[in-house]
Amino acid sequence: MSDHAAASEEHGHEAPNYLLIWLYLFILTVAEVAVAFVSHFPKWVVVIALLTMAMWKALLVALYYMHLKFEPKRLRLVALAPLPAVAIMIIAIMMEYV
Amino acid sequence: MAQAATATAGRAPERGLDVYNQKVGMWVFLCSEVMFFAGLIGSYVVLRFGASDSWAQPGEVLNVPITAVNTFVLICSSVTMVKAFAAAEAGDQKGIKLYLVLTFLLGATFLGVQVFEYTHLIQHGEWQGSHGFTPRAGLYGSTFFTMTGFHGFHVLLGVICLGWASLQAFRGRWGSDHYHGIEVLGLYWHFVDLVWIILFTIVYLI
Repeated sequence: MSDHAAASEEHGHEAPNYLLIWLYLFILTVAEVAVAFVSHFPKWVVVIALLTMAMWKALLVALYYMHLKFEPKRLRLVALAPLPAVAIMIIAIMMEYV
Repeated sequence: MAQAATATAGRAPERGLDVYNQKVGMWVFLCSEVMFFAGLIGSYVVLRFGASDSWAQPGEVLNVPITAVNTFVLICSSVTMVKAFAAAEAGDQKGIKLYLVLTFLLGATFLGVQVFEYTHLIQHGEWQGSHGFTPRAGLYGSTFFTMTGFHGFHVLLGVICLGWASLQAFRGRWGSDHYHGIEVLGLYWHFVDLVWIILFTIVYLI
């Protein structure tokens, strides 16, 4: 099975700077722990800040390490597809309790 | 046979996703894993909103500093994983072996620290007057161990596959003409890291 022919089609771009992404992830992790423990903000502000940072880290991993940024748009669509389903599932769970 | 040949002659083959099958397969599998963890996390959110008085504050029961370092270990393993993939694409045999083994070791370290944490919590954890923090320690305990336990199980499977991939690297299996296995394993490994990023925030910090 030869992967070589496919390789030039798939990666017509420069490899992202993986170490730079790692640095961002490191900084965001430190920031998250700091915000969680060393802040005088009301809880809801802390929660939103933490979730935003977590989403940012997740996006960095998905777009750069998992190469989604450089994949064909249709594959990105496949990767995005569960999100509406997740939203529906969580809303449905919440409606059972509220 | 001849009829089929004339029917397709002159037409381009179907392009589908323009991505090789194993990669599509892994992404579709990861989508199902997203649903799996979303079910656990969604239930956690709902249960917690309903029982917020019986929930520990961040750091009260769980060891955040050690787990923060462990999170960093897993993030580093994602870097070594993607470096292994880059090495395989480039045909760099030394790099393939080095980075696959490093990823395996970092993943095993993450698991080791988790097991250590579990043991410590079960034997010495304090929650609502109980001796030991176990899956039976109220909703807080059961959701904690269920979510981190399932994640740890996923990490274990990944580490086993990484061990296999490392062995194959020493047998010269991977190269610039044979690297799809590493890429697809990398996707799974990054996903495990991604889930942990979210779990760490929700379970340990909020």
